[in-house]
Amino acid sequence: MTNTSIRIDDFSSAPPHISEFKRFFRVLTNRAVVVVGLVIIVTLILVAIFAPLIAPYNPYKLDITNRLESPSWQHWLGTDTVGRDTLSRVIYGTRTSLEVGLISVSFAAIVGVSLGMIAGFLGGWVYAIIMRIMDALMAFPMILLALMIAALLGGGLENVIIALAVSLMPGYARLMCGQVLVVKENDYIVAARSVGATSWHIMAHHIISNCLPPIIVFITMMLGNAILAEAGLSFLGIGVEAEVPTWGGMINDGREYLLSNPILSFAPGAALMLVVFGFNMVGDGLRDALDPRLRGMI
Amino acid sequence: MTTYIIRRLIQCAIVLLIVTVIVFIAVRLLPGDPLLMLVSQTETEEFSTEQLAELRIKYGLDKPLIVQYFDWAGNIFRGDLGRSLVSKLPVHEEILRRIPITLHIGVLAFLISVIIGIPAGIVCAVKRSTWVDNLVTTLANLGITVPNFWLGVLMIYFFALYLGWLPTMGYTSPFTDFWLSTKMLIMPVFCMMIGAVSMNTRQVRSAMLEVLHQDYIRTAWSKGLRFRVVIFKHALRNAVVPIVTLLGLGVPLLLGGSVLIEQVFAIPGMGRLAVDSIMRQDYPYVQAISLIMAGAVVFANLVVDLAYGWIDPRVRYS
Repeated sequence: MTNTSIRIDDFSSAPPHISEFKRFFRVLTNRAVVVVGLVIIVTLILVAIFAPLIAPYNPYKLDITNRLESPSWQHWLGTDTVGRDTLSRVIYGTRTSLEVGLISVSFAAIVGVSLGMIAGFLGGWVYAIIMRIMDALMAFPMILLALMIAALLGGGLENVIIALAVSLMPGYARLMCGQVLVVKENDYIVAARSVGATSWHIMAHHIISNCLPPIIVFITMMLGNAILAEAGLSFLGIGVEAEVPTWGGMINDGREYLLSNPILSFAPGAALMLVVFGFNMVGDGLRDALDPRLRGMI
Repeated sequence: MTTYIIRRLIQCAIVLLIVTVIVFIAVRLLPGDPLLMLVSQTETEEFSTEQLAELRIKYGLDKPLIVQYFDWAGNIFRGDLGRSLVSKLPVHEEILRRIPITLHIGVLAFLISVIIGIPAGIVCAVKRSTWVDNLVTTLANLGITVPNFWLGVLMIYFFALYLGWLPTMGYTSPFTDFWLSTKMLIMPVFCMMIGAVSMNTRQVRSAMLEVLHQDYIRTAWSKGLRFRVVIFKHALRNAVVPIVTLLGLGVPLLLGGSVLIEQVFAIPGMGRLAVDSIMRQDYPYVQAISLIMAGAVVFANLVVDLAYGWIDPRVRYS
């Protein structure tokens, strides 16, 4: 990928003229699978927001008399080992997953993009120091790094978010740095500098906006990854507190009753797969929609 | 090329150095006393304050942090990874027992992901928008999506518990019982490779599509060259750089996968040891495994970089 900046004034390759937003939307919704992804994401966000209204039971409420029930009209997905309603826990699990995913990816993106931009723009020693540290962090397999940080900090929702943010950050730094190295060679940066713009002004006003498209795609893709990693940590039992409904934790809890109640493990995993699929497909669609080389083709 | 190699080697050494600093700092940041790295919690509770102070001097924990780092790093490079806090055995013994197991599964998964992924990607690119492409792309999209540990649980339910075709979990060396070993490996290797094979297919497909649009490919077609020559000689050669990058990415992916998959299938490899040691707070193991895994990734990146230089002359001079 070379220069992926979007230049709003460039319509030469796209006659007849259509607005940038319309074109973006048209390319985005061109593939059915991307539309499916969008629908999944929007639905799950709504489910997360309105979880208390949708969930038939309180996901924390124990009911020892009705433990390990098979799916029925009262409990569509049955109940777990302490009688909690599986459907309600899957629904509330959407909240945990999306919350962890969104917050950790936002942190990772903000810090990573800033570091990458500083490294790429200033170059020299700053570049060498920042990027070598990022290389070293990226040398650890992501789940192992997150696992170590979560263990260091001691589990819990906030600490899982920090662990994931740190593990995801180097990817953003590397991507942004590569972008900046390309973008800063452009004439408009030289022009801005020649009229006396400060480095800070150039970074904030010219560099960021021109590096954004691939970052947006990466953020979308990483949301799925972050949610998967959170589920992995909860599955291993080093994540969010045990009573909080998490899909990873539920999959692990269900393993003991695999033969009698496979739904306990199946249902949360299916939800997890759905959300990751959604983010991956939307990411794919965004990549196409933001790719200037495809401009004018649709 | 020599300057290029030397530059890469220096860069690689710097990254490894930072990796050791990160691990060192992480271990020092652990809740509680760094003495816990050398003496287990229960023991420190039994010792008197004077005895603890003596131990601190014995292990050099009274020295400045930077001196401690060099002592520690020196030991690591001599292969002394310390002793387990729980079993008291030297860490390297257990690690050496487990490396072959993780490698066995990892190498198999890696090879299969390459053998299936690359041809599948090429076929998809060549037969773009046909039913073959649509089918394989959909499968690949599902493959990068499915949580591998959940797939493991599904497979255990279906193939081991329900159908009873395969053993539920565990690991046997192929040298003791090859057939049993293979049967036990089918599910974990499948779960390990599913992500990598899907990623390979998708990336090879898009790398090939990119190349197939180029003018020189049109020229090759218009010259009347045969299909095989155009695809393999003109197109694939130019798509090989992103493919090599991909193979490098496979290493951290599979090592990370081993952490979860070995847990699902109760395979006594490095990944399982990492999780168990974190749970037991047996930090010398955590330290050793993270160093080895990071080292393997740095090495893989170095190989990829050198391959770039070898494949693409432009890289050498930039």
